Amino acid sequence: MSSPHQIPGTTIFNGAEAQKGLALNKMCFSFNSAENRAEFLRDCEAYCTKFGLTPEQKAAVRARDVLAMIEAGGNVYYLAKLAGIYGLNVQDIGAQQTGMSVDAFKAKLQSAGR
Amino acid sequence: MATIIGGIATTHVPAIGNAIAKNLQNEPYWKPFFDGFKSAHAWLSVNQPDVVVVVYNDHGLNFFLDEMPTFAVGAAGEYRHADEGWGLPVSAPFPGDPEFSWHIIEQLVGNEFDVTSCQEMLVDHAFTIPLALLWPDAAKRPTKIIPIEINTVQHPLPTPARCLKFGQAIGRAIESYAGDLKVLVVGTGGLSHQLDGERAGFINKDFDLFCLEQLIKTPETLTRYTIPQLVELAGSQGVELLNWITMRGVLTGRVSKVHGNYHIPISNTASALLVLDNQAVKQTELRRAG
Repeated sequence: MSSPHQIPGTTIFNGAEAQKGLALNKMCFSFNSAENRAEFLRDCEAYCTKFGLTPEQKAAVRARDVLAMIEAGGNVYYLAKLAGIYGLNVQDIGAQQTGMSVDAFKAKLQSAGR
Repeated sequence: MATIIGGIATTHVPAIGNAIAKNLQNEPYWKPFFDGFKSAHAWLSVNQPDVVVVVYNDHGLNFFLDEMPTFAVGAAGEYRHADEGWGLPVSAPFPGDPEFSWHIIEQLVGNEFDVTSCQEMLVDHAFTIPLALLWPDAAKRPTKIIPIEINTVQHPLPTPARCLKFGQAIGRAIESYAGDLKVLVVGTGGLSHQLDGERAGFINKDFDLFCLEQLIKTPETLTRYTIPQLVELAGSQGVELLNWITMRGVLTGRVSKVHGNYHIPISNTASALLVLDNQAVKQTELRRAG
Protein backbone atom coordinates (compact mmCIF):
# COMPACT_ATOMS: atom_id res chain seq x y z
CA MET A 1 0.00 0.00 0.00
CA SER A 2 2.97 2.33 -0.46
CA SER A 3 2.58 5.53 -2.43
CA PRO A 4 3.06 5.06 -6.18
CA HIS A 5 4.94 8.38 -6.30
CA GLN A 6 8.23 7.86 -4.43
CA ILE A 7 10.08 10.94 -3.24
CA PRO A 8 13.54 10.23 -1.78
CA GLY A 9 13.88 10.82 1.96
CA THR A 10 10.15 11.41 2.27
CA THR A 11 7.35 9.32 3.75
CA ILE A 12 3.85 10.20 2.59
CA PHE A 13 1.76 9.90 5.76
CA ASN A 14 -1.13 7.96 4.23
CA GLY A 15 -3.63 5.42 5.55
CA ALA A 16 -1.02 2.66 5.87
CA GLU A 17 1.28 4.89 7.92
CA ALA A 18 -1.63 6.23 9.98
CA GLN A 19 -2.64 2.67 10.92
CA LYS A 20 0.92 1.61 11.71
CA GLY A 21 1.63 4.70 13.81
CA LEU A 22 -1.65 5.16 15.66
CA ALA A 23 -0.39 4.19 19.15
CA LEU A 24 2.81 6.24 18.87
CA ASN A 25 1.02 9.29 17.49
CA LYS A 26 -1.71 8.98 20.11
CA MET A 27 0.90 9.02 22.85
CA CYS A 28 2.53 12.12 21.32
CA PHE A 29 -0.89 13.81 20.97
CA SER A 30 -1.32 13.32 24.74
CA PHE A 31 1.72 15.59 25.28
CA ASN A 32 -0.51 18.63 24.74
CA SER A 33 -1.07 18.23 28.49
CA ALA A 34 1.69 19.30 30.90
CA GLU A 35 0.53 16.62 33.35
CA ASN A 36 1.04 13.91 30.71
CA ARG A 37 4.46 15.26 29.78
CA ALA A 38 5.48 15.03 33.43
CA GLU A 39 4.13 11.48 33.70
CA PHE A 40 6.13 10.47 30.61
CA LEU A 41 9.32 11.96 32.06
CA ARG A 42 8.77 10.11 35.37
CA ASP A 43 8.58 6.70 33.64
CA CYS A 44 8.95 6.69 29.86
CA GLU A 45 8.71 2.90 29.59
CA ALA A 46 5.46 2.67 31.57
CA TYR A 47 3.95 5.56 29.62
CA CYS A 48 4.77 3.87 26.28
CA THR A 49 3.23 0.62 27.56
CA LYS A 50 0.09 2.47 28.66
CA PHE A 51 -0.42 3.65 25.07
CA GLY A 52 0.31 0.20 23.62
CA LEU A 53 3.42 1.08 21.61
CA THR A 54 5.00 -1.74 19.60
CA PRO A 55 8.52 -2.90 20.55
CA GLU A 56 9.83 -1.09 17.45
CA GLN A 57 8.10 2.16 18.47
CA LYS A 58 9.32 1.83 22.07
CA ALA A 59 12.91 1.30 20.89
CA ALA A 60 12.70 4.37 18.66
CA VAL A 61 11.35 6.51 21.52
CA ARG A 62 13.99 5.15 23.91
CA ALA A 63 16.74 6.03 21.40
CA ARG A 64 15.12 9.42 20.59
CA ASP A 65 15.63 8.37 16.94
CA VAL A 66 13.27 10.42 14.76
CA LEU A 67 13.86 8.48 11.52
CA ALA A 68 13.06 5.24 13.36
CA MET A 69 9.89 6.81 14.78
CA ILE A 70 8.82 7.82 11.25
CA GLU A 71 9.64 4.29 10.04
CA ALA A 72 7.32 3.04 12.81
CA GLY A 73 4.46 5.25 11.59
CA GLY A 74 5.16 8.44 13.51
CA ASN A 75 3.96 11.72 12.04
CA VAL A 76 6.25 14.69 12.54
CA TYR A 77 3.50 17.03 13.77
CA TYR A 78 2.91 14.72 16.74
CA LEU A 79 6.57 13.70 17.11
CA ALA A 80 7.47 17.40 17.50
CA LYS A 81 5.55 17.38 20.79
CA LEU A 82 7.76 14.52 22.02
CA ALA A 83 10.89 16.34 20.79
CA GLY A 84 9.72 19.41 22.72
CA ILE A 85 9.81 17.44 25.97
CA TYR A 86 13.54 16.99 25.43
CA GLY A 87 13.95 20.66 24.46
CA LEU A 88 14.63 19.78 20.82
CA ASN A 89 13.29 22.08 18.09
CA VAL A 90 12.81 21.39 14.38
CA GLN A 91 16.40 22.39 13.56
CA ASP A 92 17.64 19.87 16.11
CA ILE A 93 15.53 17.06 14.67
CA GLY A 94 16.33 18.20 11.11
CA ALA A 95 20.02 17.90 11.90
CA GLN A 96 19.52 14.46 13.47
CA GLN A 97 17.56 13.13 10.48
CA THR A 98 20.05 14.42 7.90
CA GLY A 99 23.14 13.36 9.87
CA MET A 100 24.41 16.94 10.09
CA SER A 101 25.45 19.16 12.97
CA VAL A 102 22.78 21.67 13.99
CA ASP A 103 25.02 24.52 12.72
CA ALA A 104 25.51 22.78 9.36
CA PHE A 105 21.74 22.20 9.07
CA LYS A 106 21.04 25.88 9.81
CA ALA A 107 23.66 26.89 7.21
CA LYS A 108 21.92 24.64 4.68
CA LEU A 109 18.62 26.45 5.37
CA GLN A 110 20.32 29.85 5.02
CA SER A 111 21.90 28.83 1.72
CA ALA A 112 18.48 27.98 0.25
CA GLY A 113 17.78 31.73 0.23
CA ARG A 114 20.66 32.57 -2.06
CA MET B 1 -24.56 42.19 1.74
CA ALA B 2 -21.13 41.19 3.04
CA THR B 3 -18.19 42.40 0.94
CA ILE B 4 -14.87 40.59 0.55
CA ILE B 5 -12.25 43.35 0.77
CA GLY B 6 -9.15 41.25 0.26
CA GLY B 7 -7.02 38.29 1.16
CA ILE B 8 -3.76 37.93 3.04
CA ALA B 9 -1.57 34.86 3.19
CA THR B 10 1.24 34.42 5.67
CA THR B 11 3.58 31.84 7.11
CA HIS B 12 2.61 30.56 10.61
CA VAL B 13 5.82 28.95 11.95
CA PRO B 14 5.55 28.37 15.77
CA ALA B 15 8.94 30.03 16.38
CA ILE B 16 7.32 33.34 15.34
CA GLY B 17 5.09 33.09 18.42
CA ASN B 18 8.14 32.76 20.65
CA ALA B 19 9.85 35.67 18.87
CA ILE B 20 6.80 37.87 19.52
CA ALA B 21 6.66 36.76 23.17
CA LYS B 22 10.36 37.64 23.60
CA ASN B 23 10.16 40.90 21.58
CA LEU B 24 12.80 39.78 19.06
CA GLN B 25 11.25 41.67 16.11
CA ASN B 26 14.32 43.86 15.61
CA GLU B 27 16.94 41.13 16.01
CA PRO B 28 18.92 40.58 12.75
CA TYR B 29 17.44 37.07 12.29
CA TRP B 30 13.84 38.30 12.60
CA LYS B 31 13.90 41.85 11.23
CA PRO B 32 13.59 41.00 7.49
CA PHE B 33 10.55 38.88 8.35
CA PHE B 34 8.72 41.26 10.70
CA ASP B 35 9.50 44.35 8.59
CA GLY B 36 7.55 42.69 5.78
CA PHE B 37 4.36 43.25 7.78
CA LYS B 38 4.61 47.05 7.90
CA SER B 39 2.95 47.42 4.49
CA ALA B 40 0.24 44.96 5.52
CA HIS B 41 -0.44 47.04 8.64
CA ALA B 42 -0.69 50.20 6.51
CA TRP B 43 -3.19 48.54 4.17
CA LEU B 44 -5.22 47.17 7.09
CA SER B 45 -5.31 50.58 8.77
CA VAL B 46 -7.44 51.86 5.85
CA ASN B 47 -9.12 48.53 5.06
CA GLN B 48 -10.12 47.32 8.50
CA PRO B 49 -12.43 44.30 8.17
CA ASP B 50 -15.38 43.56 10.46
CA VAL B 51 -14.92 39.81 10.11
CA VAL B 52 -11.83 37.69 9.38
CA VAL B 53 -12.11 34.19 7.92
CA VAL B 54 -8.91 32.26 8.67
CA VAL B 55 -8.08 29.24 6.47
CA TYR B 56 -5.45 27.15 8.25
CA ASN B 57 -4.41 23.61 9.15
CA ASP B 58 -4.45 22.11 12.64
CA HIS B 59 -1.20 20.44 13.81
CA GLY B 60 -2.58 18.06 16.41
CA LEU B 61 -4.22 20.40 18.90
CA ASN B 62 -7.91 20.05 18.06
CA PHE B 63 -7.95 17.19 15.57
CA PHE B 64 -6.28 13.79 15.92
CA LEU B 65 -6.07 10.74 13.67
CA ASP B 66 -9.12 9.19 15.38
CA GLU B 67 -11.42 11.52 13.43
CA MET B 68 -9.85 13.65 10.72
CA PRO B 69 -12.11 15.93 8.71
CA THR B 70 -10.89 17.14 5.30
CA PHE B 71 -12.65 20.50 5.66
CA ALA B 72 -13.95 21.83 9.00
CA VAL B 73 -15.71 25.11 9.75
CA GLY B 74 -15.85 26.66 13.20
CA ALA B 75 -19.34 27.52 14.47
CA ALA B 76 -18.48 28.65 17.99
CA GLY B 77 -18.98 31.92 19.81
CA GLU B 78 -15.43 31.73 21.08
CA TYR B 79 -12.28 29.85 20.06
CA ARG B 80 -9.63 28.99 22.60
CA HIS B 81 -5.94 28.37 22.03
CA ALA B 82 -4.27 25.84 24.35
CA ASP B 83 -0.97 24.20 25.29
CA GLU B 84 0.43 22.67 22.08
CA GLY B 85 3.13 20.75 23.91
CA TRP B 86 6.20 22.61 22.67
CA GLY B 87 6.31 25.66 24.91
CA LEU B 88 4.42 28.23 22.80
CA PRO B 89 2.67 30.89 24.95
CA VAL B 90 -1.11 30.40 25.03
CA SER B 91 -3.09 33.22 23.36
CA ALA B 92 -6.25 34.80 24.78
CA PRO B 93 -9.56 33.46 23.35
CA PHE B 94 -10.85 34.73 20.00
CA PRO B 95 -14.49 35.80 19.46
CA GLY B 96 -16.51 34.00 16.78
CA ASP B 97 -19.70 34.74 14.83
CA PRO B 98 -21.91 31.62 15.01
CA GLU B 99 -24.68 33.11 12.85
CA PHE B 100 -22.27 33.90 10.01
CA SER B 101 -20.55 30.51 10.49
CA TRP B 102 -23.82 28.62 10.12
CA HIS B 103 -24.67 30.62 7.01
CA ILE B 104 -21.32 29.59 5.49
CA ILE B 105 -21.84 25.96 6.55
CA GLU B 106 -25.35 25.87 5.04
CA GLN B 107 -24.16 27.42 1.78
CA LEU B 108 -21.13 25.13 1.52
CA VAL B 109 -23.08 21.93 2.14
CA GLY B 110 -25.79 23.17 -0.22
CA ASN B 111 -23.06 23.54 -2.83
CA GLU B 112 -21.70 20.00 -2.33
CA PHE B 113 -18.87 20.78 0.10
CA ASP B 114 -19.82 18.50 2.99
CA VAL B 115 -17.84 20.18 5.75
CA THR B 116 -17.56 19.19 9.40
CA SER B 117 -19.18 21.83 11.63
CA CYS B 118 -17.47 22.49 14.96
CA GLN B 119 -19.31 24.17 17.83
CA GLU B 120 -16.29 23.51 20.00
CA MET B 121 -12.88 23.88 18.45
CA LEU B 122 -9.41 24.67 19.78
CA VAL B 123 -7.32 26.79 17.42
CA ASP B 124 -3.55 26.31 17.18
CA HIS B 125 -0.56 28.47 16.18
CA ALA B 126 -1.58 28.32 12.51
CA PHE B 127 -4.59 30.45 13.50
CA THR B 128 -3.18 32.54 16.37
CA ILE B 129 0.18 33.62 14.87
CA PRO B 130 -1.15 35.16 11.64
CA LEU B 131 -3.63 37.24 13.67
CA ALA B 132 -0.83 38.36 16.00
CA LEU B 133 1.32 39.28 12.98
CA LEU B 134 -1.42 41.24 11.21
CA TRP B 135 -2.72 42.99 14.36
CA PRO B 136 0.16 43.17 16.86
CA ASP B 137 -2.16 45.23 19.09
CA ALA B 138 -4.85 42.71 20.04
CA ALA B 139 -7.25 45.56 20.93
CA LYS B 140 -7.36 46.58 17.25
CA ARG B 141 -8.16 43.09 15.98
CA PRO B 142 -11.52 42.57 14.25
CA THR B 143 -14.10 41.38 16.73
CA LYS B 144 -15.41 38.41 14.72
CA ILE B 145 -13.22 35.59 13.48
CA ILE B 146 -14.26 32.40 11.68
CA PRO B 147 -11.81 29.48 11.44
CA ILE B 148 -11.87 27.14 8.44
CA GLU B 149 -9.56 24.16 8.82
CA ILE B 150 -8.07 21.96 6.09
CA ASN B 151 -6.41 18.58 6.67
CA THR B 152 -2.77 18.71 5.61
CA VAL B 153 -1.64 16.00 8.03
CA GLN B 154 -3.05 12.66 6.90
CA HIS B 155 -3.17 11.75 3.21
CA PRO B 156 -5.25 11.70 1.08
CA LEU B 157 -5.34 15.50 1.18
CA PRO B 158 -7.75 17.56 -0.92
CA THR B 159 -6.18 18.50 -4.28
CA PRO B 160 -5.19 22.06 -5.20
CA ALA B 161 -8.06 22.05 -7.72
CA ARG B 162 -10.53 21.06 -5.00
CA CYS B 163 -9.18 23.72 -2.64
CA LEU B 164 -9.54 26.47 -5.24
CA LYS B 165 -13.18 25.42 -5.76
CA PHE B 166 -13.66 25.23 -1.99
CA GLY B 167 -12.39 28.80 -1.70
CA GLN B 168 -14.72 29.94 -4.48
CA ALA B 169 -17.66 28.33 -2.66
CA ILE B 170 -16.63 30.11 0.58
CA GLY B 171 -16.48 33.37 -1.37
CA ARG B 172 -20.01 32.91 -2.74
CA ALA B 173 -21.24 32.00 0.75
CA ILE B 174 -19.73 35.15 2.26
CA GLU B 175 -21.15 37.40 -0.47
CA SER B 176 -24.64 35.96 0.00
CA TYR B 177 -24.69 36.89 3.70
CA ALA B 178 -27.17 39.62 4.49
CA GLY B 179 -25.03 41.46 7.05
CA ASP B 180 -23.42 44.73 5.93
CA LEU B 181 -19.93 43.55 6.76
CA LYS B 182 -16.42 43.90 5.37
CA VAL B 183 -14.71 40.51 5.29
CA LEU B 184 -11.00 39.68 5.00
CA VAL B 185 -9.81 36.15 4.28
CA VAL B 186 -6.48 34.97 5.63
CA GLY B 187 -4.67 31.82 4.41
CA THR B 188 -1.82 30.55 6.59
CA GLY B 189 1.23 28.29 6.40
CA GLY B 190 4.00 27.51 3.94
CA LEU B 191 5.74 28.21 1.83
CA SER B 192 8.18 25.43 0.98
CA HIS B 193 9.47 23.40 3.92
CA GLN B 194 9.96 19.85 5.10
CA LEU B 195 10.42 18.82 8.73
CA ASP B 196 10.61 15.03 8.40
CA GLY B 197 12.86 12.42 6.85
CA GLU B 198 16.29 12.52 5.26
CA ARG B 199 14.92 15.30 3.05
CA ALA B 200 14.32 17.57 6.11
CA GLY B 201 15.36 21.15 5.42
CA PHE B 202 14.16 21.06 1.81
CA ILE B 203 13.30 24.55 0.48
CA ASN B 204 12.42 25.43 -3.13
CA LYS B 205 12.76 29.17 -3.77
CA ASP B 206 12.01 28.94 -7.51
CA PHE B 207 8.71 27.12 -6.93
CA ASP B 208 7.70 29.49 -4.11
CA LEU B 209 8.32 32.57 -6.25
CA PHE B 210 6.36 30.95 -9.09
CA CYS B 211 3.41 30.29 -6.73
CA LEU B 212 3.52 33.83 -5.32
CA GLU B 213 3.22 35.20 -8.87
CA GLN B 214 0.50 32.78 -10.00
CA LEU B 215 -1.64 33.40 -6.93
CA ILE B 216 -2.21 37.02 -7.93
CA LYS B 217 -4.00 36.64 -11.28
CA THR B 218 -3.84 33.00 -12.39
CA PRO B 219 -4.36 30.65 -9.42
CA GLU B 220 -5.80 28.04 -11.84
CA THR B 221 -2.20 27.34 -12.90
CA LEU B 222 -1.59 25.74 -9.49
CA THR B 223 -4.50 23.33 -9.89
CA ARG B 224 -2.49 21.21 -12.34
CA TYR B 225 -0.45 19.71 -9.49
CA THR B 226 -1.26 16.47 -7.72
CA ILE B 227 -0.58 16.23 -4.00
CA PRO B 228 2.53 14.01 -4.48
CA GLN B 229 3.86 16.57 -6.97
CA LEU B 230 3.22 19.32 -4.44
CA VAL B 231 5.09 17.34 -1.75
CA GLU B 232 7.99 16.93 -4.16
CA LEU B 233 8.06 20.61 -5.17
CA ALA B 234 7.18 22.30 -1.86
CA GLY B 235 8.17 19.69 0.76
CA SER B 236 6.02 17.51 3.02
CA GLN B 237 4.72 20.50 4.99
CA GLY B 238 4.86 22.87 2.03
CA VAL B 239 1.48 21.39 1.13
CA GLU B 240 0.11 24.10 3.42
CA LEU B 241 0.03 25.99 0.12
CA LEU B 242 -3.48 24.49 -0.04
CA ASN B 243 -4.57 27.11 2.53
CA TRP B 244 -3.20 29.87 0.29
CA ILE B 245 -4.95 28.46 -2.78
CA THR B 246 -8.23 28.28 -0.83
CA MET B 247 -7.78 31.89 0.36
CA ARG B 248 -7.24 32.96 -3.25
CA GLY B 249 -10.38 31.13 -4.35
CA VAL B 250 -12.43 33.23 -1.92
CA LEU B 251 -11.48 36.39 -3.84
CA THR B 252 -14.17 36.49 -6.49
CA GLY B 253 -13.69 40.06 -7.77
CA ARG B 254 -10.85 41.97 -9.42
CA VAL B 255 -7.69 41.01 -7.57
CA SER B 256 -4.51 43.04 -7.38
CA LYS B 257 -1.35 42.70 -5.35
CA VAL B 258 -0.84 45.26 -2.60
CA HIS B 259 2.34 43.87 -1.07
CA GLY B 260 4.51 40.79 -0.84
CA ASN B 261 7.50 39.63 1.19
CA TYR B 262 9.63 36.49 0.86
CA HIS B 263 12.44 35.57 3.23
CA ILE B 264 14.52 32.41 3.84
CA PRO B 265 14.66 30.97 6.42
CA ILE B 266 12.38 31.32 9.40
CA SER B 267 13.01 28.17 11.39
CA ASN B 268 12.98 25.43 8.67
CA THR B 269 10.67 27.37 6.39
CA ALA B 270 10.71 29.75 3.44
CA SER B 271 8.54 32.49 4.90
CA ALA B 272 6.20 34.58 2.80
CA LEU B 273 3.51 37.22 2.99
CA LEU B 274 1.06 38.20 0.25
CA VAL B 275 -1.55 40.96 0.55
CA LEU B 276 -4.23 40.98 -2.15
CA ASP B 277 -6.94 43.59 -2.70
CA ASN B 278 -10.32 42.39 -3.97
CA GLN B 279 -12.65 44.80 -5.75
CA ALA B 280 -16.11 43.25 -5.89
CA VAL B 281 -17.49 42.87 -9.40
CA LYS B 282 -21.17 43.87 -9.60
CA GLN B 283 -23.59 41.09 -10.56
CA THR B 284 -24.76 43.16 -13.59
CA GLU B 285 -21.18 43.29 -14.91
CA LEU B 286 -20.85 39.55 -14.43
CA ARG B 287 -24.04 38.93 -16.43
CA ARG B 288 -22.80 41.19 -19.23
CA ALA B 289 -19.44 39.40 -19.28
CA GLY B 290 -21.12 35.98 -19.25
